[in-house]
Amino acid sequence: MKDMVEIRWHGRGGQGAKTASLLLADAAFNTGKYVQGFPEYGPERMGAPITAYNRISTERSTVHSNIYDPDYVVVVDETLLSAVDVTAGLKKEGAIVINSGKKPEELRPLLKGYQGRVCTIDAGRISEEELGKNFPNTPMLAAIVKVSGVVEESEFIKDMEASFQHKFAAKPQVIEGNMRALKRSMEEVQEG
Amino acid sequence: MGIRERLSGNEAVAYAMKQINPDVMGAFPITPSTEIPQYFSAYVDNGEVDTEFIAVESEHSAMSTCIGAEAAGCRAISATSSCGLIYMAEMLYVAASDRLPITLAVSCRALSGPININNDHSDVMAVRDAGWLILFAENNQEAYDNYLQAMRIGEAVSLPIMVCQDGFITSHAIENIELEETEKVQAFVGEYQPEHSLLNPKESIAVGPYSTPVYYIETKRQQAQAMMDAKEIIKKVGAEFGQLTGRTYGLIEKYMMDDAEEAIVIIGSSAGTAKEAIRKLRASGKKAGLVKIRAFRPFPAEEIAEALKTVKAFAVMDKADSFNAHCGPLYAETAAALYAQGVSGPKGISYIYGLGGRDVRVESIQHVFGDLETIARTGNAGETYRYLDVRE
Repeated sequence: MKDMVEIRWHGRGGQGAKTASLLLADAAFNTGKYVQGFPEYGPERMGAPITAYNRISTERSTVHSNIYDPDYVVVVDETLLSAVDVTAGLKKEGAIVINSGKKPEELRPLLKGYQGRVCTIDAGRISEEELGKNFPNTPMLAAIVKVSGVVEESEFIKDMEASFQHKFAAKPQVIEGNMRALKRSMEEVQEG
Repeated sequence: MGIRERLSGNEAVAYAMKQINPDVMGAFPITPSTEIPQYFSAYVDNGEVDTEFIAVESEHSAMSTCIGAEAAGCRAISATSSCGLIYMAEMLYVAASDRLPITLAVSCRALSGPININNDHSDVMAVRDAGWLILFAENNQEAYDNYLQAMRIGEAVSLPIMVCQDGFITSHAIENIELEETEKVQAFVGEYQPEHSLLNPKESIAVGPYSTPVYYIETKRQQAQAMMDAKEIIKKVGAEFGQLTGRTYGLIEKYMMDDAEEAIVIIGSSAGTAKEAIRKLRASGKKAGLVKIRAFRPFPAEEIAEALKTVKAFAVMDKADSFNAHCGPLYAETAAALYAQGVSGPKGISYIYGLGGRDVRVESIQHVFGDLETIARTGNAGETYRYLDVRE
Protein backbone atom coordinates (compact mmCIF):
# COMPACT_ATOMS: atom_id res chain seq x y z
CA MET A 1 0.00 0.00 0.00
CA LYS A 2 1.10 3.59 -0.65
CA ASP A 3 1.73 5.86 2.37
CA MET A 4 -1.66 7.44 1.74
CA VAL A 5 -4.70 6.10 -0.10
CA GLU A 6 -7.67 8.35 -0.79
CA ILE A 7 -11.08 6.88 -1.61
CA ARG A 8 -14.29 8.60 -2.68
CA TRP A 9 -17.70 6.95 -2.31
CA HIS A 10 -20.74 7.83 -4.40
CA GLY A 11 -24.15 6.60 -3.32
CA ARG A 12 -27.68 7.70 -2.79
CA GLY A 13 -29.10 8.86 0.54
CA GLY A 14 -30.30 5.81 2.48
CA GLN A 15 -28.10 3.22 0.70
CA GLY A 16 -25.39 3.27 3.33
CA ALA A 17 -22.42 4.70 1.42
CA LYS A 18 -21.56 6.78 4.49
CA THR A 19 -21.79 3.70 6.72
CA ALA A 20 -19.61 1.75 4.28
CA SER A 21 -16.95 4.47 4.39
CA LEU A 22 -17.00 4.34 8.19
CA LEU A 23 -16.76 0.52 8.13
CA LEU A 24 -13.73 0.75 5.84
CA ALA A 25 -12.19 3.28 8.23
CA ASP A 26 -12.82 0.81 11.06
CA ALA A 27 -11.26 -2.09 9.19
CA ALA A 28 -8.16 -0.04 8.33
CA PHE A 29 -7.95 1.32 11.88
CA ASN A 30 -8.04 -2.22 13.26
CA THR A 31 -5.00 -3.13 11.18
CA GLY A 32 -2.99 -0.25 12.66
CA LYS A 33 -3.55 2.48 10.08
CA TYR A 34 -4.40 6.14 10.48
CA VAL A 35 -7.86 6.76 9.10
CA GLN A 36 -10.30 9.45 8.19
CA GLY A 37 -13.91 8.64 7.32
CA PHE A 38 -16.30 11.49 6.62
CA PRO A 39 -19.34 12.23 4.51
CA GLU A 40 -20.09 15.46 2.70
CA TYR A 41 -23.10 16.87 4.53
CA GLY A 42 -25.97 18.83 3.11
CA PRO A 43 -29.72 18.65 3.22
CA GLU A 44 -30.14 14.88 3.59
CA ARG A 45 -32.81 13.33 1.41
CA MET A 46 -33.54 9.70 0.60
CA GLY A 47 -32.29 8.93 -2.88
CA ALA A 48 -30.27 12.12 -3.43
CA PRO A 49 -26.64 11.65 -4.56
CA ILE A 50 -24.27 11.69 -1.58
CA THR A 51 -20.49 11.55 -1.32
CA ALA A 52 -18.31 10.10 1.44
CA TYR A 53 -14.55 9.91 1.80
CA ASN A 54 -11.70 7.89 3.29
CA ARG A 55 -8.06 8.72 3.85
CA ILE A 56 -6.04 5.71 4.95
CA SER A 57 -2.39 6.31 5.74
CA THR A 58 0.68 5.16 7.62
CA GLU A 59 1.12 8.64 9.22
CA ARG A 60 -1.67 10.88 10.50
CA SER A 61 -3.01 13.13 7.74
CA THR A 62 -3.66 16.68 8.88
CA VAL A 63 -5.70 17.59 5.79
CA HIS A 64 -9.37 18.37 6.43
CA SER A 65 -10.73 18.93 2.95
CA ASN A 66 -12.77 16.79 0.61
CA ILE A 67 -10.92 14.51 -1.81
CA TYR A 68 -10.55 15.73 -5.38
CA ASP A 69 -7.91 13.35 -6.81
CA PRO A 70 -8.83 9.98 -5.31
CA ASP A 71 -6.88 6.78 -5.79
CA TYR A 72 -10.13 4.82 -5.84
CA VAL A 73 -13.80 5.54 -6.41
CA VAL A 74 -16.65 3.31 -5.23
CA VAL A 75 -20.07 3.70 -6.84
CA VAL A 76 -22.80 2.08 -4.74
CA ASP A 77 -25.59 2.90 -7.21
CA GLU A 78 -25.08 2.30 -10.93
CA THR A 79 -27.66 4.94 -11.90
CA LEU A 80 -25.25 7.59 -10.62
CA LEU A 81 -22.93 6.98 -13.59
CA SER A 82 -25.09 9.22 -15.75
CA ALA A 83 -25.95 11.71 -12.99
CA VAL A 84 -22.58 12.42 -11.32
CA ASP A 85 -19.05 12.85 -12.72
CA VAL A 86 -17.83 9.86 -10.72
CA THR A 87 -14.35 9.66 -12.29
CA ALA A 88 -13.53 13.36 -11.73
CA GLY A 89 -9.88 13.54 -10.68
CA LEU A 90 -9.62 9.73 -10.32
CA LYS A 91 -5.98 8.65 -10.77
CA LYS A 92 -5.41 6.32 -13.70
CA GLU A 93 -3.13 4.11 -11.54
CA GLY A 94 -6.20 3.57 -9.34
CA ALA A 95 -9.56 2.00 -10.06
CA ILE A 96 -13.29 2.49 -9.97
CA VAL A 97 -15.50 -0.17 -8.36
CA ILE A 98 -19.15 -0.15 -9.44
CA ASN A 99 -22.11 -2.03 -7.99
CA SER A 100 -23.50 -3.60 -11.17
CA GLY A 101 -24.40 -6.89 -12.76
CA LYS A 102 -22.73 -5.74 -15.99
CA LYS A 103 -19.21 -6.48 -17.18
CA PRO A 104 -16.52 -3.78 -16.81
CA GLU A 105 -16.25 -3.34 -20.59
CA GLU A 106 -19.98 -2.55 -20.78
CA LEU A 107 -19.61 0.30 -18.29
CA ARG A 108 -16.31 1.79 -19.46
CA PRO A 109 -17.98 3.82 -22.24
CA LEU A 110 -19.98 5.67 -19.55
CA LEU A 111 -16.81 6.74 -17.74
CA LYS A 112 -15.73 9.72 -19.84
CA GLY A 113 -12.53 8.17 -21.14
CA TYR A 114 -11.23 6.96 -17.77
CA GLN A 115 -7.98 5.08 -18.46
CA GLY A 116 -7.58 3.05 -15.25
CA ARG A 117 -9.04 -0.22 -14.05
CA VAL A 118 -12.82 -0.57 -14.09
CA CYS A 119 -14.21 -3.15 -11.67
CA THR A 120 -17.75 -4.39 -11.22
CA ILE A 121 -19.43 -6.40 -8.50
CA ASP A 122 -23.07 -7.41 -8.36
CA ALA A 123 -23.39 -6.43 -4.71
CA GLY A 124 -27.16 -6.23 -4.87
CA ARG A 125 -27.50 -9.82 -6.07
CA ILE A 126 -24.93 -11.19 -3.59
CA SER A 127 -26.72 -9.38 -0.80
CA GLU A 128 -30.14 -10.68 -1.92
CA GLU A 129 -28.86 -14.23 -2.12
CA GLU A 130 -26.86 -14.29 1.11
CA LEU A 131 -28.84 -11.92 3.32
CA GLY A 132 -32.24 -11.98 1.66
CA LYS A 133 -32.23 -8.18 1.36
CA ASN A 134 -30.58 -5.53 -0.77
CA PHE A 135 -27.84 -4.29 1.58
CA PRO A 136 -24.98 -3.65 -0.86
CA ASN A 137 -22.65 -2.28 1.86
CA THR A 138 -20.87 -5.41 2.96
CA PRO A 139 -20.10 -6.75 -0.54
CA MET A 140 -19.00 -3.28 -1.74
CA LEU A 141 -16.68 -2.97 1.23
CA ALA A 142 -15.14 -6.35 0.46
CA ALA A 143 -14.74 -5.44 -3.21
CA ILE A 144 -12.87 -2.20 -2.52
CA VAL A 145 -10.61 -3.96 -0.02
CA LYS A 146 -9.82 -6.60 -2.65
CA VAL A 147 -9.22 -4.09 -5.45
CA SER A 148 -7.27 -1.51 -3.44
CA GLY A 149 -5.38 -3.72 -1.01
CA VAL A 150 -5.70 -1.03 1.69
CA VAL A 151 -6.24 -3.80 4.21
CA GLU A 152 -4.58 -7.20 4.00
CA GLU A 153 -7.32 -9.68 2.93
CA SER A 154 -7.02 -12.32 5.64
CA GLU A 155 -6.75 -9.66 8.33
CA PHE A 156 -9.83 -7.97 6.88
CA ILE A 157 -11.87 -11.18 6.97
CA LYS A 158 -10.79 -11.92 10.54
CA ASP A 159 -11.60 -8.38 11.64
CA MET A 160 -15.01 -8.30 9.96
CA GLU A 161 -15.96 -11.65 11.49
CA ALA A 162 -15.13 -10.32 14.96
CA SER A 163 -17.07 -7.15 14.24
CA PHE A 164 -20.17 -9.05 13.00
CA GLN A 165 -19.99 -11.39 15.99
CA HIS A 166 -20.05 -8.37 18.25
CA LYS A 167 -22.80 -6.58 16.33
CA PHE A 168 -25.10 -9.56 15.70
CA ALA A 169 -24.38 -11.63 18.81
CA ALA A 170 -28.05 -12.66 18.99
CA LYS A 171 -28.39 -13.53 15.28
CA PRO A 172 -25.74 -16.07 14.23
CA GLN A 173 -27.40 -16.63 10.80
CA VAL A 174 -26.81 -12.95 9.96
CA ILE A 175 -23.11 -13.34 10.80
CA GLU A 176 -22.79 -16.32 8.47
CA GLY A 177 -24.70 -14.57 5.68
CA ASN A 178 -22.53 -11.48 5.93
CA MET A 179 -19.33 -13.54 5.94
CA ARG A 180 -20.45 -15.47 2.84
CA ALA A 181 -21.36 -12.18 1.12
CA LEU A 182 -17.95 -10.78 2.00
CA LYS A 183 -15.97 -13.76 0.68
CA ARG A 184 -18.09 -14.13 -2.47
CA SER A 185 -17.63 -10.46 -3.27
CA MET A 186 -13.85 -10.81 -3.05
CA GLU A 187 -13.99 -13.75 -5.45
CA GLU A 188 -16.58 -12.39 -7.86
CA VAL A 189 -15.34 -8.82 -8.36
CA GLN A 190 -14.46 -8.46 -12.06
CA GLU A 191 -11.60 -6.36 -13.35
CA GLY A 192 -11.47 -4.92 -16.82
CA MET B 1 0.37 5.51 26.85
CA GLY B 2 -3.16 6.49 25.98
CA ILE B 3 -5.86 4.25 24.57
CA ARG B 4 -5.83 4.00 20.77
CA GLU B 5 -9.31 4.65 19.38
CA ARG B 6 -11.11 6.17 16.42
CA LEU B 7 -13.89 8.63 17.13
CA SER B 8 -15.59 11.60 15.56
CA GLY B 9 -15.07 15.00 17.18
CA ASN B 10 -18.56 14.95 18.68
CA GLU B 11 -18.02 11.44 20.08
CA ALA B 12 -14.69 12.54 21.53
CA VAL B 13 -16.28 15.47 23.38
CA ALA B 14 -19.18 13.33 24.64
CA TYR B 15 -16.64 10.75 25.86
CA ALA B 16 -14.66 13.44 27.69
CA MET B 17 -17.91 14.56 29.36
CA LYS B 18 -18.60 10.99 30.42
CA GLN B 19 -15.14 10.59 31.91
CA ILE B 20 -15.53 13.83 33.87
CA ASN B 21 -19.07 12.95 35.02
CA PRO B 22 -20.32 16.50 35.65
CA ASP B 23 -23.32 17.31 37.85
CA VAL B 24 -25.77 18.86 35.40
CA MET B 25 -26.25 19.04 31.64
CA GLY B 26 -28.83 21.40 30.18
CA ALA B 27 -29.14 21.01 26.43
CA PHE B 28 -31.27 21.56 23.38
CA PRO B 29 -30.33 19.86 20.10
CA ILE B 30 -29.05 21.70 17.02
CA THR B 31 -27.04 20.42 14.05
CA PRO B 32 -24.10 19.69 14.04
CA SER B 33 -23.65 19.49 17.85
CA THR B 34 -26.80 17.37 18.41
CA GLU B 35 -24.79 14.16 18.76
CA ILE B 36 -23.05 15.47 21.88
CA PRO B 37 -26.16 15.61 24.12
CA GLN B 38 -27.49 12.57 22.22
CA TYR B 39 -24.50 10.38 23.16
CA PHE B 40 -24.36 11.90 26.62
CA SER B 41 -28.05 11.26 27.33
CA ALA B 42 -27.40 7.58 26.52
CA TYR B 43 -24.60 7.56 29.14
CA VAL B 44 -27.11 9.07 31.60
CA ASP B 45 -29.78 6.53 30.67
CA ASN B 46 -27.33 3.63 30.99
CA GLY B 47 -26.24 4.81 34.41
CA GLU B 48 -22.65 5.35 33.22
CA VAL B 49 -22.70 8.87 34.69
CA ASP B 50 -24.81 10.31 37.48
CA THR B 51 -25.35 13.65 35.80
CA GLU B 52 -28.75 15.30 36.00
CA PHE B 53 -29.76 15.69 32.33
CA ILE B 54 -32.23 18.53 31.86
CA ALA B 55 -33.93 18.53 28.46
CA VAL B 56 -35.08 22.09 27.89
CA GLU B 57 -37.16 23.83 25.22
CA SER B 58 -34.51 26.23 23.90
CA GLU B 59 -30.85 27.18 24.06
CA HIS B 60 -31.75 30.24 26.11
CA SER B 61 -33.14 27.86 28.72
CA ALA B 62 -30.20 25.47 28.33
CA MET B 63 -27.82 28.24 29.37
CA SER B 64 -30.22 29.45 32.08
CA THR B 65 -30.23 25.90 33.48
CA CYS B 66 -26.45 25.87 33.51
CA ILE B 67 -26.37 29.24 35.26
CA GLY B 68 -28.75 28.04 37.97
CA ALA B 69 -26.87 24.78 38.47
CA GLU B 70 -23.40 26.33 38.47
CA ALA B 71 -24.54 29.07 40.87
CA ALA B 72 -25.81 26.34 43.19
CA GLY B 73 -22.27 24.94 43.24
CA CYS B 74 -22.50 22.26 40.55
CA ARG B 75 -20.42 21.57 37.47
CA ALA B 76 -22.76 22.39 34.58
CA ILE B 77 -22.27 21.73 30.88
CA SER B 78 -24.03 22.23 27.57
CA ALA B 79 -23.40 21.91 23.84
CA THR B 80 -24.66 23.92 20.91
CA SER B 81 -24.03 25.38 17.44
CA SER B 82 -24.90 28.30 15.20
CA CYS B 83 -28.27 29.94 15.87
CA GLY B 84 -28.45 28.01 19.16
CA LEU B 85 -25.35 29.81 20.38
CA ILE B 86 -26.64 33.26 19.54
CA TYR B 87 -30.03 32.38 21.00
CA MET B 88 -28.05 31.85 24.23
CA ALA B 89 -26.28 35.18 23.84
CA GLU B 90 -28.20 37.05 26.54
CA MET B 91 -27.47 34.31 29.07
CA LEU B 92 -23.84 33.94 27.97
CA TYR B 93 -23.20 37.48 29.22
CA VAL B 94 -25.00 36.68 32.48
CA ALA B 95 -22.94 33.51 33.01
CA ALA B 96 -19.69 35.44 32.52
CA SER B 97 -20.59 38.41 34.74
CA ASP B 98 -21.87 36.01 37.43
CA ARG B 99 -18.41 34.41 37.18
CA LEU B 100 -19.82 30.90 36.70
CA PRO B 101 -17.32 28.47 35.13
CA ILE B 102 -19.80 26.63 32.90
CA THR B 103 -18.33 24.50 30.10
CA LEU B 104 -19.96 24.77 26.67
CA ALA B 105 -19.00 22.56 23.72
CA VAL B 106 -19.55 24.29 20.38
CA SER B 107 -19.52 22.52 17.01
CA CYS B 108 -19.18 25.66 14.92
CA ARG B 109 -21.64 26.32 12.13
CA ALA B 110 -22.62 29.24 9.92
CA LEU B 111 -25.44 31.56 10.94
CA SER B 112 -28.57 32.05 8.88
CA GLY B 113 -29.07 33.45 6.33
CA PRO B 114 -29.07 32.10 3.85
CA ILE B 115 -29.85 29.08 5.99
CA ASN B 116 -26.90 26.70 6.02
CA ILE B 117 -25.83 23.85 8.30
CA ASN B 118 -22.13 23.74 7.45
CA ASN B 119 -19.07 25.06 9.16
CA ASP B 120 -17.70 28.53 9.68
CA HIS B 121 -16.93 30.59 12.77
CA SER B 122 -19.60 33.27 12.55
CA ASP B 123 -21.48 31.77 15.53
CA VAL B 124 -18.58 31.99 17.97
CA MET B 125 -17.37 35.30 16.55
CA ALA B 126 -20.85 36.74 17.15
CA VAL B 127 -20.52 36.09 20.90
CA ARG B 128 -16.78 36.72 21.21
CA ASP B 129 -17.28 39.70 23.53
CA ALA B 130 -19.61 37.89 25.95
CA GLY B 131 -16.78 37.41 28.45
CA TRP B 132 -16.23 33.68 27.91
CA LEU B 133 -12.91 31.92 27.58
CA ILE B 134 -12.77 30.42 24.06
CA LEU B 135 -10.58 27.52 22.91
CA PHE B 136 -10.57 26.15 19.36
CA ALA B 137 -9.53 22.65 18.22
CA GLU B 138 -7.92 21.61 14.94
CA ASN B 139 -9.09 17.98 15.13
CA ASN B 140 -10.88 15.40 17.28
CA GLN B 141 -7.81 14.91 19.50
CA GLU B 142 -7.60 18.60 20.34
CA ALA B 143 -11.37 18.77 20.91
CA TYR B 144 -10.99 15.96 23.48
CA ASP B 145 -7.82 17.37 25.05
CA ASN B 146 -9.23 20.91 25.25
CA TYR B 147 -12.37 19.60 26.90
CA LEU B 148 -10.34 17.78 29.55
CA GLN B 149 -8.47 21.00 30.34
CA ALA B 150 -11.45 23.36 30.13
CA MET B 151 -12.86 22.99 33.66
CA ARG B 152 -9.46 23.43 35.28
CA ILE B 153 -9.01 26.67 33.36
CA GLY B 154 -12.51 28.07 33.82
CA GLU B 155 -12.72 27.21 37.51
CA ALA B 156 -9.29 28.71 38.25
CA VAL B 157 -10.39 32.17 37.06
CA SER B 158 -14.16 31.81 37.62
CA LEU B 159 -15.08 32.31 33.99
CA PRO B 160 -17.20 30.17 31.68
CA ILE B 161 -15.40 28.45 28.79
CA MET B 162 -16.32 27.44 25.25
CA VAL B 163 -14.58 24.45 23.69
CA CYS B 164 -15.00 24.83 19.94
CA GLN B 165 -14.42 22.59 16.95
CA ASP B 166 -15.44 22.81 13.31
CA GLY B 167 -18.93 21.48 12.63
CA PHE B 168 -19.01 18.39 10.37
CA ILE B 169 -15.36 18.83 9.31
CA THR B 170 -14.14 17.43 12.63
CA SER B 171 -17.40 16.92 14.56
CA HIS B 172 -18.57 14.22 12.12
CA ALA B 173 -15.24 12.88 10.80
CA ILE B 174 -13.91 9.63 12.23
CA GLU B 175 -10.19 9.87 12.94
CA ASN B 176 -7.64 8.19 15.16
CA ILE B 177 -7.50 9.53 18.68
CA GLU B 178 -5.62 8.78 21.87
CA LEU B 179 -7.90 8.65 24.89
CA GLU B 180 -6.76 8.78 28.50
CA GLU B 181 -7.88 6.40 31.23
CA THR B 182 -10.89 7.67 33.17
CA GLU B 183 -9.02 7.46 36.49
CA LYS B 184 -6.26 9.67 35.13
CA VAL B 185 -8.79 12.10 33.68
CA GLN B 186 -10.66 12.41 36.96
CA ALA B 187 -7.46 12.93 38.93
CA PHE B 188 -6.43 15.63 36.45
CA VAL B 189 -9.77 17.45 36.37
CA GLY B 190 -10.35 17.13 40.14
CA GLU B 191 -13.40 17.98 42.21
CA TYR B 192 -15.12 21.35 41.83
CA GLN B 193 -15.00 23.29 45.07
CA PRO B 194 -16.54 26.70 44.41
CA GLU B 195 -15.47 29.49 46.73
CA HIS B 196 -19.06 30.74 46.92
CA SER B 197 -22.29 28.97 46.06
CA LEU B 198 -26.01 29.34 46.62
CA LEU B 199 -26.31 25.98 48.38
CA ASN B 200 -23.72 26.82 51.01
CA PRO B 201 -25.82 27.23 54.21
CA LYS B 202 -22.94 28.96 56.03
CA GLU B 203 -22.79 31.88 53.64
CA SER B 204 -25.74 33.74 52.19
CA ILE B 205 -25.00 35.24 48.80
CA ALA B 206 -26.88 36.82 45.93
CA VAL B 207 -26.10 35.85 42.33
CA GLY B 208 -26.86 38.27 39.55
CA PRO B 209 -28.44 41.18 41.43
CA TYR B 210 -29.02 44.63 39.93
CA SER B 211 -25.83 46.62 39.69
CA THR B 212 -26.04 50.40 39.85
CA PRO B 213 -23.49 52.71 38.22
CA VAL B 214 -21.70 52.67 41.57
CA TYR B 215 -20.70 49.01 41.03
CA TYR B 216 -21.21 48.01 37.40
CA ILE B 217 -17.89 49.10 35.94
CA GLU B 218 -15.93 47.55 38.81
CA THR B 219 -17.66 44.25 38.07
CA LYS B 220 -16.57 44.52 34.45
CA ARG B 221 -13.02 45.49 35.46
CA GLN B 222 -12.84 42.31 37.55
CA GLN B 223 -14.03 40.26 34.57
CA ALA B 224 -11.31 41.86 32.47
CA GLN B 225 -8.73 40.97 35.13
CA ALA B 226 -9.90 37.35 35.23
CA MET B 227 -9.50 37.17 31.44
CA MET B 228 -5.96 38.57 31.70
CA ASP B 229 -5.12 36.11 34.49
CA ALA B 230 -6.41 33.25 32.34
CA LYS B 231 -3.43 33.45 29.98
CA GLU B 232 -1.00 32.05 32.55
CA ILE B 233 -3.57 29.48 33.73
CA ILE B 234 -4.11 28.16 30.19
CA LYS B 235 -0.36 27.74 29.74
CA LYS B 236 0.05 26.11 33.15
CA VAL B 237 -2.82 23.65 32.63
CA GLY B 238 -1.59 22.95 29.08
CA ALA B 239 1.90 22.15 30.38
CA GLU B 240 0.54 19.91 33.13
CA PHE B 241 -1.62 18.12 30.58
CA GLY B 242 1.52 17.62 28.51
CA GLN B 243 3.28 15.93 31.44
CA LEU B 244 0.32 13.58 31.77
CA THR B 245 -0.24 12.74 28.11
CA GLY B 246 2.76 13.94 26.08
CA ARG B 247 0.53 16.49 24.34
CA THR B 248 1.39 20.00 25.54
CA TYR B 249 -0.80 23.02 24.79
CA GLY B 250 -0.29 26.78 24.88
CA LEU B 251 -2.19 29.84 23.68
CA ILE B 252 -1.00 29.49 20.09
CA GLU B 253 0.78 26.83 18.04
CA LYS B 254 3.60 27.92 15.76
CA TYR B 255 4.32 25.74 12.72
CA MET B 256 7.52 26.30 10.70
CA MET B 257 7.73 29.87 12.00
CA ASP B 258 11.43 30.03 12.99
CA ASP B 259 12.65 31.34 9.63
CA ALA B 260 9.28 32.05 7.98
CA GLU B 261 9.05 34.99 5.58
CA GLU B 262 5.37 34.52 4.78
CA ALA B 263 2.86 33.35 7.36
CA ILE B 264 -0.82 32.85 7.92
CA VAL B 265 -2.79 33.16 11.15
CA ILE B 266 -5.62 30.64 11.27
CA ILE B 267 -8.16 28.92 13.56
CA GLY B 268 -9.53 25.38 13.58
CA SER B 269 -9.51 22.45 11.15
CA SER B 270 -8.07 24.39 8.22
CA ALA B 271 -4.84 24.78 10.21
CA GLY B 272 -4.22 21.09 9.48
CA THR B 273 -4.89 21.56 5.78
CA ALA B 274 -2.58 24.59 5.84
CA LYS B 275 0.20 22.52 7.45
CA GLU B 276 0.09 20.18 4.45
CA ALA B 277 0.24 23.20 2.10
CA ILE B 278 3.23 24.52 4.05
CA ARG B 279 5.03 21.16 3.90
CA LYS B 280 4.66 21.26 0.10
CA LEU B 281 5.79 24.91 -0.12
CA ARG B 282 8.78 24.18 2.11
CA ALA B 283 9.73 21.26 -0.15
CA SER B 284 9.98 23.73 -3.03
CA GLY B 285 12.13 26.11 -0.99
CA LYS B 286 9.49 28.61 0.15
CA LYS B 287 9.73 29.96 3.69
CA ALA B 288 6.11 29.52 4.71
CA GLY B 289 4.77 29.16 8.24
CA LEU B 290 1.61 29.40 10.30
CA VAL B 291 0.34 30.57 13.63
CA LYS B 292 -2.67 28.63 14.90
CA ILE B 293 -4.90 30.29 17.45
CA ARG B 294 -5.87 27.85 20.20
CA ALA B 295 -7.03 30.44 22.73
CA PHE B 296 -9.10 33.15 21.07
CA ARG B 297 -10.23 34.46 24.50
CA PRO B 298 -8.03 35.54 26.14
CA PHE B 299 -6.48 36.85 22.93
CA PRO B 300 -2.77 35.95 22.70
CA ALA B 301 -1.75 39.42 21.50
CA GLU B 302 1.91 39.41 22.64
CA GLU B 303 2.50 35.86 21.41
CA ILE B 304 1.10 36.62 17.95
CA ALA B 305 3.09 39.84 17.63
CA GLU B 306 6.26 38.03 18.67
CA ALA B 307 5.62 35.25 16.14
CA LEU B 308 4.91 37.62 13.24
CA LYS B 309 7.42 40.40 13.89
CA THR B 310 10.10 39.05 11.53
CA VAL B 311 7.92 37.90 8.59
CA LYS B 312 7.68 39.99 5.42
CA ALA B 313 4.00 39.36 4.76
CA PHE B 314 1.11 37.65 6.55
CA ALA B 315 -2.53 36.82 5.92
CA VAL B 316 -5.06 36.49 8.70
CA MET B 317 -7.67 33.88 7.80
CA ASP B 318 -11.19 34.61 9.05
CA LYS B 319 -14.02 32.05 8.76
CA ALA B 320 -16.43 34.89 9.52
CA ASP B 321 -16.84 38.41 8.23
CA SER B 322 -17.37 41.47 10.38
CA PHE B 323 -19.15 43.27 7.51
CA ASN B 324 -17.27 46.42 8.37
CA ALA B 325 -16.14 46.92 4.75
CA HIS B 326 -12.61 46.49 6.07
CA CYS B 327 -11.50 43.12 7.52
CA GLY B 328 -12.44 39.99 9.48
CA PRO B 329 -12.52 39.89 13.30
CA LEU B 330 -9.30 37.89 13.75
CA TYR B 331 -7.47 40.29 11.43
CA ALA B 332 -8.64 43.30 13.42
CA GLU B 333 -7.34 41.85 16.67
CA THR B 334 -4.10 40.64 15.09
CA ALA B 335 -3.40 44.06 13.59
CA ALA B 336 -4.15 45.70 16.95
CA ALA B 337 -1.77 43.25 18.63
CA LEU B 338 1.05 44.17 16.23
CA TYR B 339 0.41 47.89 16.67
CA ALA B 340 0.42 47.57 20.46
CA GLN B 341 3.80 45.84 20.33
CA GLY B 342 5.25 48.40 17.91
CA VAL B 343 5.55 45.85 15.09
CA SER B 344 5.04 47.66 11.79
CA GLY B 345 7.36 45.88 9.34
CA PRO B 346 5.21 42.99 8.05
CA LYS B 347 2.54 43.70 5.45
CA GLY B 348 -0.78 42.10 6.36
CA ILE B 349 -3.95 41.17 4.51
CA SER B 350 -7.33 39.93 5.70
CA TYR B 351 -8.75 36.85 3.98
CA ILE B 352 -12.36 35.76 4.49
CA TYR B 353 -12.63 32.05 3.67
CA GLY B 354 -14.64 28.86 4.11
CA LEU B 355 -17.98 30.52 4.86
CA GLY B 356 -20.96 28.17 5.08
CA GLY B 357 -18.81 25.08 4.53
CA ARG B 358 -16.99 26.18 1.36
CA ASP B 359 -14.34 23.48 1.23
CA VAL B 360 -10.84 24.69 2.11
CA ARG B 361 -8.27 22.81 0.06
CA VAL B 362 -4.51 22.54 0.23
CA GLU B 363 -4.57 24.51 -3.04
CA SER B 364 -6.67 27.25 -1.39
CA ILE B 365 -3.94 27.84 1.18
CA GLN B 366 -1.21 27.63 -1.46
CA HIS B 367 -3.05 30.39 -3.32
CA VAL B 368 -2.88 32.60 -0.21
CA PHE B 369 0.85 32.00 0.07
CA GLY B 370 1.18 32.90 -3.62
CA ASP B 371 -0.38 36.28 -2.82
CA LEU B 372 1.92 36.70 0.17
CA GLU B 373 5.00 36.02 -1.94
CA THR B 374 4.00 38.82 -4.31
CA ILE B 375 3.39 41.16 -1.39
CA ALA B 376 6.75 40.24 0.19
CA ARG B 377 8.56 40.81 -3.12
CA THR B 378 6.91 44.11 -4.05
CA GLY B 379 6.36 45.51 -0.57
CA ASN B 380 2.85 46.42 -1.68
CA ALA B 381 -0.08 44.76 0.11
CA GLY B 382 -2.61 45.89 -2.51
CA GLU B 383 -6.23 45.20 -1.54
CA THR B 384 -6.06 44.16 2.13
CA TYR B 385 -9.67 42.87 2.38
CA ARG B 386 -10.02 39.72 0.27
CA TYR B 387 -12.32 36.73 -0.17
CA LEU B 388 -10.81 33.29 -0.92
CA ASP B 389 -12.21 30.73 -3.40
CA VAL B 390 -15.24 32.84 -4.27
CA ARG B 391 -16.99 33.14 -7.63
CA GLU B 392 -17.48 36.76 -8.64
